[in-house]
Amino acid sequence: MEYGLLYQVIFYLFGLIAVASAVAFVTRKSPVAAALWLVNTMFCLAALYIMMNAQFVGAIQVLVYAGAIMVVFLFVVMLLNLGHPARVSDIKGLAVRLVAGLAGLALLAELFVIGRQKLPALLPELPPGSNVITPIAVPLFREYLLAFEITSVLLLAAIIGAVVLAKRKG
Amino acid sequence: MVAEALFFSAVLFTIGVVGVLTRRNAIIIFMCVELMLNAVNLSLVALSKLHGVTGQVFVIFVMTVAAAEAAVGLAIIISIFRHHESIDLKNINLLKG
Repeated sequence: MEYGLLYQVIFYLFGLIAVASAVAFVTRKSPVAAALWLVNTMFCLAALYIMMNAQFVGAIQVLVYAGAIMVVFLFVVMLLNLGHPARVSDIKGLAVRLVAGLAGLALLAELFVIGRQKLPALLPELPPGSNVITPIAVPLFREYLLAFEITSVLLLAAIIGAVVLAKRKG
Repeated sequence: MVAEALFFSAVLFTIGVVGVLTRRNAIIIFMCVELMLNAVNLSLVALSKLHGVTGQVFVIFVMTVAAAEAAVGLAIIISIFRHHESIDLKNINLLKG
């Protein structure tokens, strides 16, 4: 299936906004500003998911990542009263930044070499108007039912662990 | 489209790695890890266009584990803050020789 020019322009636009927000996120001193830039990145990723016909994953991305997880982060930032950037920035010195930049470039080059191989053909699209959740729900509740149930135990353990660890002593 | 998504995924993952290496604030490092998880999710969704919908099922599992990890990790950061009055990693050096 060929995609139109408008589709490609919007796809690139969301991808570039996501990358730019991620750069802004890494370079902000204030944790609150960093968290809000990360929320922006996650919204753009949700848009990319929806453009790639993964509507359910896009909705979950907005609800769980941008909604729930980032709110927990912001709550912790405010609970610890870290909203104002420290007088001394927490970004490490020039030498460490240089080494980290070189490591990042090496990693990026490696990923590009891996990703340069020829991709197989796209699978056929679902017909327009068909249910988009059923194709995910069927494997989730048949093939991967055991993993799904174990995930619920993991969430229970995480809830108990979070309460026990964060509880104020005495 | 899949190739572009994989490109963006690689760039976002690299930004997350550089963030982990260059910051000292524990919460920001934790958010960089979340960014890396998001980058991997993007490539899983892109590859599910080529290899079937299993990739999207896996993304849902990754998000669940990320939620659990965020809850426990932030609780650990809170209890570290109670001990050290700081979440700067240069003050948390018990294992340093």
